[in-house]
Amino acid sequence: MSDRPGEGSVSTVPRESELRRAARFMVEARWPVFAVICLLVAAVAAAFGPWLAPFDPSRQNLVLRLAAPLSTGPDGSVFLLGSDALGRDVFSRLLYGARVSLLVGIAAIAVGGSIGVVAGLLSGYFGGWVDDLIMRLADIQLAFPFILLAIMFLVVLGSGVWNLILILGVGQWVTYARIVRADTLSLREKEFVEAAQAMGDSTTSIIFRTILPNILAPLTVIASFNVASVILSEAALSFLGLGVPPSVPTWGSMLAESRDTLIANKWWLAVFPGVAIMLTVLSFNILGDWLRDFLDPRLRERT
Amino acid sequence: MGSYILRRLLQSVVVIVGVTLVSFLALQAGGDPTYLFVSERASLEEIETTRRALGFDRPLHVQYLTFVGDLTRGDFGQSLSYRQPAMDIVLEALPATIELTLFSMVIALLLAIPLGILAAIHRGTAWDGSITTFSMLGQSIPNFWMGIMMILVFGLYLRWFPISGHVPFIAPMMNGEFGVALSNLPRTLLHLILPGIAVGTYSLARNTRLIRSSLLEVLEQDYIRTARSKGLPEMRVLIHHALRNAWLPVVTIIGLEFGFLLGGVVVVETVFSYPGIGRLLFAAINQRDIPLVQAGVILLAGIFVLLNLVVDLVYVRLDPRVKLAEGRA
Repeated sequence: MSDRPGEGSVSTVPRESELRRAARFMVEARWPVFAVICLLVAAVAAAFGPWLAPFDPSRQNLVLRLAAPLSTGPDGSVFLLGSDALGRDVFSRLLYGARVSLLVGIAAIAVGGSIGVVAGLLSGYFGGWVDDLIMRLADIQLAFPFILLAIMFLVVLGSGVWNLILILGVGQWVTYARIVRADTLSLREKEFVEAAQAMGDSTTSIIFRTILPNILAPLTVIASFNVASVILSEAALSFLGLGVPPSVPTWGSMLAESRDTLIANKWWLAVFPGVAIMLTVLSFNILGDWLRDFLDPRLRERT
Repeated sequence: MGSYILRRLLQSVVVIVGVTLVSFLALQAGGDPTYLFVSERASLEEIETTRRALGFDRPLHVQYLTFVGDLTRGDFGQSLSYRQPAMDIVLEALPATIELTLFSMVIALLLAIPLGILAAIHRGTAWDGSITTFSMLGQSIPNFWMGIMMILVFGLYLRWFPISGHVPFIAPMMNGEFGVALSNLPRTLLHLILPGIAVGTYSLARNTRLIRSSLLEVLEQDYIRTARSKGLPEMRVLIHHALRNAWLPVVTIIGLEFGFLLGGVVVVETVFSYPGIGRLLFAAINQRDIPLVQAGVILLAGIFVLLNLVVDLVYVRLDPRVKLAEGRA
């Protein structure tokens, strides 16, 4: 894994574009390439699932229930990764499952990141009671095991993609708020901010146009790790039956269903969705690691 | 010192009030909570009676104060599915959950310390490479899937360990039946191994990375160079100078860790049909037994808050710099 901070970040070619430098740094580290490939596959599955899937993911086939991987149906169609207890094609369901995981993972970060960034900017720029209020709220939330909070709200609100995104998103804001606050605090004293103030820019403009662009980079690192942990939480909640409605195939709910046939050694139902989750989460984690090393090796202390 | 403790205590009280407020608001989040307590075919009168009986017709602030008042008297409401006080049922399942949480915590810490040290002192070698790769993997595996895989491999295929159930150890201890507890212990541990590994893997992976990077950072400090240049044996430098400082960040996360593991336990218990609070919550979720869910969540959150308080207080004793930093902030 890319664990030598700073290595390769010394540019040998002057005027190499930022993008090319990123690409070279990535290839040198090797693992990130693997991560990008995995994520591309997942993204393609999520985007083109309906065209790629050999079967309708919810079509039941009572003749071919619990078919082993590579079984052939009477009409010659192949169940690449086998079929489940209702005769549904595991491969097709896996493709559709990528949608929920990626959508929830990325949308939740967008929600949590936006809340956190705004809260952190306000907290850091204004200080005083605004800061106190926001940071105490953050403390309270951190003092509460997040999964419990999610369980409680989802039981009452009911399952659904948007509820899931909202709750998982709200669960993430604190990390962003704290980092943005710290960065804003130090930037507030910098000359270019003072210059903007002296030129009479509005407070909104200073916060969002002058400060914000300068603190975005480290957030991409946090976001990458966060997508990974949100996907894990989404899978766990789906596994508990608290995710999206049961009619939508997700990796977590596929694993929940696999438990009934575990004793009968229908391993493919349990193995493939888990591998899908693991590879996706692993890829986001590797990417986060790489981004951190690429942007600033010193960041590793803070995440 | 005294003022820090006082402030920290006050903070915990605020957090606990926050916890009750959140659990109260969660109930209101979906609109009129009365519908959560009646069957779908309830008549209008039935709904009205239930609303009155549970006090949902009163103003919100009155409801909240009543809710908190009930909590302080230990009244968490009646479980809808058991027709018993919800807290009694949750408390009965608590010892099993504590056993599993502690066991996975032991796995997560005891293995992480040697692995983290090993990776740090052999930085850049194959040791380091394989340990960091494994910890990267460990942080990417969903704990419940880990559980399912353990069942598949070690339970069903190799038949080394039981795949479900629980043999109580803490419960007989608390009843004073020490003989029973002791004779149960081997089987208690045997039943804990698979779920314990499933819950603990994520934390093990994270702690290993944390200990590694913490130790690496300490090893670059001037006082380590001084110790080495004094000609001290490397082992002594490591134990007396480096580890003493490197393990401080680990202490701070122990409290948070516990909460994290609790979250994992809730999910993994279901996989192993392990009779703790997690499985109870899972059943309560499916039966929409709101008071039981609330009691379970509040109890776990309360334990978490108290534990973090204790950890923070212990930490001040270990590292006096915290107090000073807090004072300046």
